[in-house]
Amino acid sequence: MNDLPQQLASGLILGAMYGLIAIGYTMVYGIVQLINFAHGEIVMFGAFGGLTAWLMLPKGTSLMLALPLMLVLAVGVSVLVGIGAERFAYRPLRNAPRLAPLITAIGLSIMLQQLIWSFYPDAKKARTFPQFSGESVHLLGANVQRGELFLLIAAPVCMIALGFFVAKTRTGRAMQATSQDPDTAKLMGINTDRIIVTAFAIGAAFGGVAAVAYGLKYGQIDFKIGFILGLKAFTAAVLGGIGNIYGAMVGGLVLGLAESLATAYIELIPGMELFGGGAWKNVWAFVLLILVLLVRPQGLLGERIADRA
Amino acid sequence: MPLLEVEDLRVAYGKIEAVKGISFTVEAGQVVTLIGTNGAGKTTTLRTLSGLLKPLAGKITFDGEVINDIGAHKIVAKGIAHSPEGRRIFPRLTITENLQLGAFLRKDAAGIQEDIERAYTLFPILGERRSQAAGTLSGGEQQMLAMGRALMSRPKLLMLDEPSMGLSPIMMQKIMETITELKSQGTTILLVEQNAQAALSLADHGHVMEIGTIALSGTGQELMHDESVRKAYLGED
Repeated sequence: MNDLPQQLASGLILGAMYGLIAIGYTMVYGIVQLINFAHGEIVMFGAFGGLTAWLMLPKGTSLMLALPLMLVLAVGVSVLVGIGAERFAYRPLRNAPRLAPLITAIGLSIMLQQLIWSFYPDAKKARTFPQFSGESVHLLGANVQRGELFLLIAAPVCMIALGFFVAKTRTGRAMQATSQDPDTAKLMGINTDRIIVTAFAIGAAFGGVAAVAYGLKYGQIDFKIGFILGLKAFTAAVLGGIGNIYGAMVGGLVLGLAESLATAYIELIPGMELFGGGAWKNVWAFVLLILVLLVRPQGLLGERIADRA
Repeated sequence: MPLLEVEDLRVAYGKIEAVKGISFTVEAGQVVTLIGTNGAGKTTTLRTLSGLLKPLAGKITFDGEVINDIGAHKIVAKGIAHSPEGRRIFPRLTITENLQLGAFLRKDAAGIQEDIERAYTLFPILGERRSQAAGTLSGGEQQMLAMGRALMSRPKLLMLDEPSMGLSPIMMQKIMETITELKSQGTTILLVEQNAQAALSLADHGHVMEIGTIALSGTGQELMHDESVRKAYLGED
């Protein structure tokens, strides 16, 4: 167990990435009670946006200098896809039965994957994402890769900015009102269509940041990364209490830690020797989800439905 | 020219017509009430006036402008405030935040603050609890908040939908007193009520709605003394 600091650090880093993506699920759900299952693909598009920015720059550009541009393009692409999905896929179904937007989301996921597979150069196999060179950093007894440092900075900055936005700005207040009672929000003069677009855009922007973080962490991206990333982030959102932005981050961190610790230590428990290692990490993630939902169906920070009436 | 003129208004949910061609007017400074049983189309009428529902046919003229096809979020800017049925306060926002949302389109921070204080003068209990989540208030207090919130837009027309619903007799009386006070201050009010007695006693004009139509109209006093109204709505035989 003397690698505990290392496992905790890996878990937090992974969890911060899940949390950033989970924001996208939870914001949209909070406003329109829709699970945007295409969100993972919105993240994936962001990753290819970031890669495109890198490829456009002259060879030999330092990654540190390139990073801002990569972020801008990743966030820009994600936001465009997110807004487009809202406008053309979900808005026409606003008053349709709930199953219709859900199926549309799945269809949209497949379409977005196939667009990259078909049209992005050499995207039929994984593409290399630029990496920070140099030694990993020693931090509180753990070795953290330079690319992962980005996530440790970006995630808290994004969360604090979002918390401030929701609590303190006029649009943030309108967003809270819309999520609690959309019809009455309209009576206040709030343009709820614009609020819905804003929720999609913010969620997608966070996804774009997470996409760059993913590329820097793993060193390669492909057209399928959105699937498992989206599934994990959705799990994180539900775990934390869907609809609650802080819940999304907490859910992400708990999920990341659980995966990391279970992968490393489950096999130390007598009788569990067979269930350790990376092959089982997704199993433990979903076992955790099931256990939490059995005890707290509303998620860690979610309100009970009765409180929302 | 009346402040609000509704001409041959028809509203449907799918194929079911809930309002089947009604016409009425509200003059500035008047209190006009729509009374009638459940399902008569009163709430549907108010929700159409505030843009939450689209009319099938007919014409709504407010302050000299046809407002049929204006989105709900733009109606309040025209000067109509709607305190909806069931109060519909924002339960997880504080009382002050609820009131601030009522003034969402206003830019005059000083005036908004002044009006919030005015609401707290009108409803002292709200002032005492200003930092509490609105969901913790009692039904009557939530009704006060819903009315206070609607007034925050400084409307030319205040629409109140069933303000006395589900309230204790004492609280109901308090709400009716408040409406009387607003009337004496010159507020134009369109009041929907099931409590016909209370509504008619303070209204200048009343309309009795029955399954989507206006069955009978008159001054508040006329309707209160009308034989059929007394039988149907005032519980006399």
